Parts: sequence; structure tokens; C-alpha cells
Amino acid sequence: MTELGQLSLYLVTAAMTCYLIATVTFAIDLSRRVASAPSRVREPQLVAAGAPAEAAGSATADAAALPPATPVNGAARTNAGGAAEPATGSGDAAGPTQVRRRAAAIGMSTFVLGALFLLIGIVLRGIAAGRVPWANMYEFTMVAVFVASALFLGIQRRRDVRYLGTFISLLAVLALFLALTVLYTDPAAVQPALQSYWLAIHVSIASSAMGVFAVAATTSVLQLVKDRAEHRGTAGRLAAKLPTADSLERLSYRINAVGFVLWTFVLISGSIWAEHAWGRFWGWDPKEVWSFVIWVVYAAYLHARSTRGWEGRRAAWFSIIGFVSILVNYYVVNFFFSSLHSYSGV
Amino acid sequence: MRYRPEGLAGEPEVEESGEDGTPDGAARDGEARDGEAARASATAAPSAPASNTATATLTPTATATGDQLARWGAREWLRWMWRQLTSMRVALLLLLLLAVAALPGAFFPQRPQTPEKVAQYYLDHPDLAPVLERFGLFDVYASPWFAAVYLLLFVSLVGCIVPRAIDHVRTLREPPPRAPRRFSRFPVRDAFVTTSTRDDVVASATTALKPYRVRREEARGVVTLSAERGYLREAGNITFHLALVGLLVSVAYGSLVHYRGQVIVVEGETFANSRIAYDSFDAGTWFAADSLDPFRMQLDSFTAEFDETTGAAKDFTASVTVTEPDGEPTAATIKVNHPLRVGGANVYLMGNGFAPRVQVRDASGALAFSGAVPFIPQNDATYESRGVIKVADTTTGTQIGLNGWLLPTAVVDADANAFSISPYPDDPALVLDVWSGDLGLDDGVPQNVYQLDTDGLTQVTQQTTADDGTETTEPVRVVVRPGETVDLPDGLGTITFEDLPRYVGLDLRYDPTLGFVLTFALLALGGLAGSLFLPRRRVFVRVGADDAGRTVVTAAALARGDDPGLDRELQRVLTPLRSGPGSGDAPPTQSPGSTA
Repeated sequence: MTELGQLSLYLVTAAMTCYLIATVTFAIDLSRRVASAPSRVREPQLVAAGAPAEAAGSATADAAALPPATPVNGAARTNAGGAAEPATGSGDAAGPTQVRRRAAAIGMSTFVLGALFLLIGIVLRGIAAGRVPWANMYEFTMVAVFVASALFLGIQRRRDVRYLGTFISLLAVLALFLALTVLYTDPAAVQPALQSYWLAIHVSIASSAMGVFAVAATTSVLQLVKDRAEHRGTAGRLAAKLPTADSLERLSYRINAVGFVLWTFVLISGSIWAEHAWGRFWGWDPKEVWSFVIWVVYAAYLHARSTRGWEGRRAAWFSIIGFVSILVNYYVVNFFFSSLHSYSGV
Repeated sequence: MRYRPEGLAGEPEVEESGEDGTPDGAARDGEARDGEAARASATAAPSAPASNTATATLTPTATATGDQLARWGAREWLRWMWRQLTSMRVALLLLLLLAVAALPGAFFPQRPQTPEKVAQYYLDHPDLAPVLERFGLFDVYASPWFAAVYLLLFVSLVGCIVPRAIDHVRTLREPPPRAPRRFSRFPVRDAFVTTSTRDDVVASATTALKPYRVRREEARGVVTLSAERGYLREAGNITFHLALVGLLVSVAYGSLVHYRGQVIVVEGETFANSRIAYDSFDAGTWFAADSLDPFRMQLDSFTAEFDETTGAAKDFTASVTVTEPDGEPTAATIKVNHPLRVGGANVYLMGNGFAPRVQVRDASGALAFSGAVPFIPQNDATYESRGVIKVADTTTGTQIGLNGWLLPTAVVDADANAFSISPYPDDPALVLDVWSGDLGLDDGVPQNVYQLDTDGLTQVTQQTTADDGTETTEPVRVVVRPGETVDLPDGLGTITFEDLPRYVGLDLRYDPTLGFVLTFALLALGGLAGSLFLPRRRVFVRVGADDAGRTVVTAAALARGDDPGLDRELQRVLTPLRSGPGSGDAPPTQSPGSTA
């Protein structure tokens, strides 16, 4: 079994290398000047298209006022989404994809390879330990990184989000590096407190939520970058590659919404498990305190989105603070607080 | 219903609400609150720009010019405060406050969780500790200010969600709102000509709109279908918030009626469920002592398994025999993740260790102490355990205190350091320091059984001469192994290590609200998922004829919140209507007319 553990270790190291290459190539892609105009140009067109309808002011204009970009037959339907939602990803997809982005293509390939290595590494680790492969901090990190990667690739299938690539890869490299150097432990069975089917449920969802929130927070950071650029009226190389802040906000929200439901489930499943293992479902253990704080921060995020004056930029800060709290809960609480959740194995 | 189509904030909504006159509910999640906030802020600060989506449907109940502010009576102020409290903005601030208020509990030791660390904090920071105590920072989650934050939050929640629930019920009882006259400002819309007859088109549209509630209107030959679906989205939102209230009430009730006791049971001994049998016991205010079910439980055996190489624990199993008051004895096991349910309570396996059974005879040879003494493991891998034996009933009047270590597999190295190399009791030994004098048990002050109060005691020491002739005073260490009887120094008596049973630490907990807590938590989860992922959509389809007699279809769709699938949904509805020869994309020469 130790050979499998060793093989897993090699694969995870290989995955980290892939992510590192992906970070660099995605960054090269981002640093290139954009050949085509940024997506912002598209907006005035639509506004202009809508204007005559308003001016006409009569029902006659109803059908005629359709934006010219909107095809009215069924053949080119897919494009209608772009016209209907001018601010979403389709805007940015239209511009840069026309330019060949070789660096981005290499980034995607190595990223996919890294994710595959990581997945196999996780599976082998589980076989070597003879249990689910997320029972200590090393394994937890791997699962979170894999979920973040899978989410990124999943979104990429629907819309072009390669601008996220370098940041997701960088997070993956940092997390895996920390896992390999500081958190690594040999595969082994788990102590009695962890011998429960809740280990499979509670912990896997917790690490998935961490991965999901990581992608959302990254998007929120880019939203702030773009928002700043939009307000200044200038766009650096990075901002020029990004879709509108509004579009980034919506992407971040959709991911955060998934993350919030996952996190709610983490709290509930954790409570059930705590009731079985420790005789109380909630005891304000430091880990529980921080998990609660994280939940409240994301609840505040969802509320901020629909409070006037707090949507957009301020809401993005909540998303970022939420993820920072998750990092604190994970790295700081596990090492510096005495908690019942001391299962790092380090 | 205020929907906010993306990119054109507010415009269609203004048109719509102006036309159909149904100011129902909110656009995005929580925008009812936002509306409240807008209303409140409009009363508070008349200069605030009422720019966004909500304003059109709002009827300011009080416009606060300076004069009017001055004329506000208690009622107006109360109403104003209530509006503030139930506004989204204040709810948001309270949420932030709750997050911040919860944090000190992670930084300062908490009395209910770790009372010993609070005591230590008092020793380390004698000046700061009383200040922290005054602000409740050693028991944050029971402190008045923490309670104030979450109670205000829940009042705000109730004040917001109840009107919303009533609104939603009203919405459910009414047909979907009328379609606006024009669809031009909806970003998701379509228009085309088809060769099918008007009635065929309306029939297929009605079929395609099966999952929707549909209002059909006909005027001057034009049929308009207004359809709406996804009422569960708002229902989920309301369920989520009400479930949180239920959760809070359940937990509060549970803390009033619960009890919880801790007890240590040595192998072979029996525990009877009564309040005095517990080592520690706490219960809610409404707990009645006679509600304890008087069952008995004997610990038959306890087994512990450890990993051979790392020494990490692998399995703990307690085998017990439970006797209910009117029942036969039944055998059961308790494991770490598998509590035993008995007498309405759950019994949890919380700890374990060794309890060496010893006999101590005093100087006159009389039996002064006999029993199994639990030692507390200090090291999970080797089970080196600390403990205290208090021998109070000596005939000589000099009491004896013994404190020290139990080593399950004892090894003594070259420097005479004793330690354990395994958690298994392969070669156990007790290594004890000896104290004599007054144990301080008669003061009436409760003592920690695991600590020796050395105020009235003197440690038995001996002079040793080193090789170079210097003399040092060292405590006398008594080492005793199972079956051995060893003399205590200074002629204090003898100690016999009889055998080494294990003990378990058990928690008994009774909380009748657990089922409710779980139910409300799951309801909240389901409601939350529904409120975030179920799309709420409206589809409007208008079918009429142009001058040439062709059937003209115009349609629009609207969603609450972000809905990336909205356009796809509109096309799903419209695709069956396009069929028929000669249908096409030629724009109609004239609109199908309007209902206005």
C-alpha cells in the first residue's frame, strides 16, 4: 500500500507542476494586448437600439424595435442570449476569441492535465489509506483544489472564463505547495472520533465548499479590478481582458449561492455528527465559531446584494471577506486554536 | 411583482406596475425589505434619491419635512423605528454585528467549554481578566449583548418575513398580473409571423405554458397570455427564514428542559442514573429532578485498540449491561460515534483511561484506603496518566497524599526517567510522590479530586549523596507494580497495587428538542436551496393579426433575480408556435394591436 501512497505523492507533485505552468501561460495570455475592442463598446449599440422604441412610444414599435443583433428566426437562436443579456460572458467571448490565444490554450491543456493528475492522486491516496481520501488537512486541501479546478473547467465549458485561469492555478499551486511541504502525512487509518460515515459526507462537502468559495472570491476580486477600471474610464491589460463588472458580479453570485447552500449543509451535517460524537450538536468550539461567522458573512453577502447602496462593489467585499474567513478557519484555527477539530494529523 | 430585467434597471418594471397595478411582492430576493428600506429612508431623509427599482410602487406614508419631523408623536417614532429595524439595511448591519460579536468566543477561553483555561487566564492576566469578565467575554454566547444582537436580528427577520409571507399568499390567490402594453423594454423578447391560425397558436402556447399559471385575456381580436411560475422560490425564501425562527425557539426550549451529566465508571462497577451519582451535572431551569429515568448501567468491559506503529487510537468500545427500572438486563455497546439511547437520554463515550486499584495501609497496618482511582491520560499515544490518591482515613491522624504517574508500559532509562512506550498495559507501574499532613478535605470547600492541595502537606524527601560528595534533597518516588506491596517512606504505611481496570468517561444527555432542531435545520436548507435555485419567471405571449391577415406573435419573458436560462425558456415556449408553412422572420408590417 505504501507504493500507492508514494505514487499518489508523485502525482500530486506533478499536478502542482502542471498548475504552475498553467499559472504562467495564463498570465502570459492575460498580459497580451487585446487586439479587438473590449466588450464595453457593445453596450452603446444596444442602448441605441432600444432608444427608437422609446421614442416611437407606440405599440407599433414593439416588434420592429427588436435590436438588429437579435435574429428573429429560430436558426441562430443561441446568439439571442448574447443580445438579450448584453453584459454577460458572451460579450467578452465575442471579442478575444477571434484572436488566437495560444498561451491560453496551453494553459487550459496543462490545467486539465493537472486536475487529472490530482484526481488520480486523490483516488490512489484513498486506496492506500483504505478510507475516503479527505481525513486530514493534506487530503482536504487536495479535494478543495480539485473541486475548484473542476468548477472552473465546468464554467469554462459554458462560457469563456479563461481570464480566471491564472488566478485559480496560482491558488492551486500555493495550496498544494503548502499541503505538500507543511501538511503532508503518510496515509493511515483514522482515529475513533473520525470513524463515521459522516466523515464521507461532512468533510467532503466542507472541502468542496472551500473550493467553490475560492472560485467565487477570485471572481469577486476581478470584479473589483474591473469596477475600478470602469469608474476611472481606463483599462489596464488585465481589466481590458475582463467582462463587465456587472457580469463578473453575477458569475460570482451564482457560485457563491452554490457555496452558501453547501456551507449550510456543512453546518447541519457537522451538527449531526457532533451530536453523535461529542454529545452536543453545537458547542461553540473555535471551529464552530468560525464556521458560524463564515455562514453569517455569506448570509450578509446575499442580503447586501439586494440592499440598495450595498450591491456591486460592497457585496464583492463580503464575498472576499467570507473566503478570507474560510482560510482563517482552515489554516489558523487548525493550528493555533485548541479545538475539538484537531484532525490535521500534522 | 417588481422584476428587474438585467441591464435596463427598472424600466419595464415601472411600465408594468404602472399598467397592471399589482404592486405585489419583491423583485429580487429580499427586495421587499429593500422597499421597506427605501420607504424608511424616504421618511428619514427626503433628499435621498429614490432612483432604483422599488420606488414606483411605493406610496410614502410619511414625507418627513422638517415641520413634520417636529410634529412626530410617539406613534410615528415607533413606526419609524419599526421600519428601520425591519429594513434590509439594518438587517444587514445586524448580520455583520452578529459575525463580529461571535468572534471573541474564539479568542478568549469560554467558561462553559474550557473552565480550566478561564482559571488559567485569571492567573496569567490578573488585571485584565475581571474586566473581560464584566463584559461577558468569558461566556460570550450567554452574554446579554450577544443575545441582544441575535434577538434584534430575529425581530427584524420576523417583522420582514411575516408581511412577505402574507403578500405571497395573496399572490398565490390572484391570477398572474396583466401583460404590459408593449414588450419593447424587456431584454428577453421575440416577435415573429406564423401561418398557423390564431387559435392554434394560442392552443400550443397554452400547452407549452403547462408548468405556469396562466391568465388569458382577449380584446379586439388579440389574445394575451400572462404566465407565471416558480412561486416556490419565494415560498422557499419564507420557509428558510421561518425555519431559522423555529430553530432558535427549539434550541431555547431545549436549553430550558435539558439535562446533562458526566460520570466516570470503572470496569465492573455500576452506575445508577440519579443526580447524586454524577460527577458533574447541569440542567435547564425547567428541569424536574424526578424526570430522571432510574436505570442502572454496569460497565462490563472496555477495549481500546491502537495502531501498532503510530500508537494512534483505532477503536474504543464499552460493553455495558443496562437495566431499566422494570426490565430485564440487556447488553449493549457504546462507541465514540455511536451513543447508546437509554431512558430517553443519549449516553456518549467521551473519555477513557486506567484506574489502578490500590490499597493503602497506614502506619498501624489498618486499611486506610481501598479502591480504583481514575488516572487521566496526558498523552494519547502512550497513555501516560496523572492521578492522585488521597488517603484521609488513617488511624494515626496523619493523612497521606500520593500523586504521580501511571505508566501502562513502563520503561526506566539510564537517567532514572520513567516513561511509557505503549498505550497497552503490558508492564504497568505507578510512580508516586508521597505527601503527608492535612489533605484539607475538612474545610468544606469542594476539591478537585485530580489535584492535591499541598497547603497542609509536606513532601517526603530524602538526602542523596552524589559521587562528588555533594548532598541534595530529592523527593522520594515510590514505584509499585501490580501485585506488589511497597513500603511508603517515613514509615507512613504500605501501598498495594492490586490490578489495573480501565474506566470510561460517559456523558448522559437528555434534550427532547433534538428532533425539532434537525427538522427546522433541514427545512431551512431546503427552503434556502429553493429560494436560490428555483427560477421565478413570467412569460407573456400576445397573438394577433397584421394587415395582411397573418398571425403575429410577440412575446417577452421576465425573471426575478439572475436567470441565465430565461431566453432559453422563452424559446422553449415559442418554438412550437413557429411551425407551419410560410412562417418566417419577416417583421410584421403592423403590430398585433394592444389591449390598452
